Amino acid sequence: MSDPMRIRAQSAGDKATVRVLMSHEMETGLRKDGAGKIIPAWFIQEVAAQLNGKTVMTAQWGPAVSKNPFLQFSVKGAKAGDKIAITWTDNKGDKRTDEATVS
Amino acid sequence: MTTRRQMIFRSAQLGAMLATLGFLPGAAQAQAAYNAAAFEAKNMAELMKALGASAPTESKDVTITGPDIAENGAVVPIGASTALPGAKRMLLLVEKNPSILSAVFDVSDAVDANFSTRVKMGQSSNVFAVALMADGKVLYAVKEIKVTLGGCGG
Repeated sequence: MSDPMRIRAQSAGDKATVRVLMSHEMETGLRKDGAGKIIPAWFIQEVAAQLNGKTVMTAQWGPAVSKNPFLQFSVKGAKAGDKIAITWTDNKGDKRTDEATVS
Repeated sequence: MTTRRQMIFRSAQLGAMLATLGFLPGAAQAQAAYNAAAFEAKNMAELMKALGASAPTESKDVTITGPDIAENGAVVPIGASTALPGAKRMLLLVEKNPSILSAVFDVSDAVDANFSTRVKMGQSSNVFAVALMADGKVLYAVKEIKVTLGGCGG
């Protein structure tokens, strides 16, 4: 089980700025542990954002994105009270979706 | 002899080509398939081939944001944005990382072509913000970021 994401969505004018902080190891698959064995890659591959159930943004990430990834983007036409949902999928097939309300 | 690796690379390439040609309906709308070949590319030419895009040209309409000096290469805040209409995808690249591509963002009508995230950098390097435009143009902006402590070590 992964920890919940922290999502903050603030509306300014006709758009809303969304900031997301995900909780994930983001192992590159290039590091070695103390015994010299390679730590297997484990990172978020796909991220999708939905506004009121409609997909507005998708992203594909490589292992070069930092541990506990941060993401910021702005959604046009989002008003206070609208729901922003973020979903990520990692290379092990794990998924997590969290939702926030635009303020 | 064709190795498994080459096979995977080719099928991903083919998939990307089909997607750009519009042979895979809804591919742009639904979650685009993970382009493993693009994330394995070692340089700009390989990456553009994997994405089925043309050679990039520098443009001042694309902006890369980031620090001049990053103390900790494990967490370098960078952003890509463009004010031009018709941006389809935004890419963030770190030239001297083991794989050049860090992140791809698919732009839709409902979001601005303006994304920020944090990436790992192994060493001081040029970072690129690349915009793939709807008309097939590929525009980029570049910035050098100096790293005092690499982010890919132990």
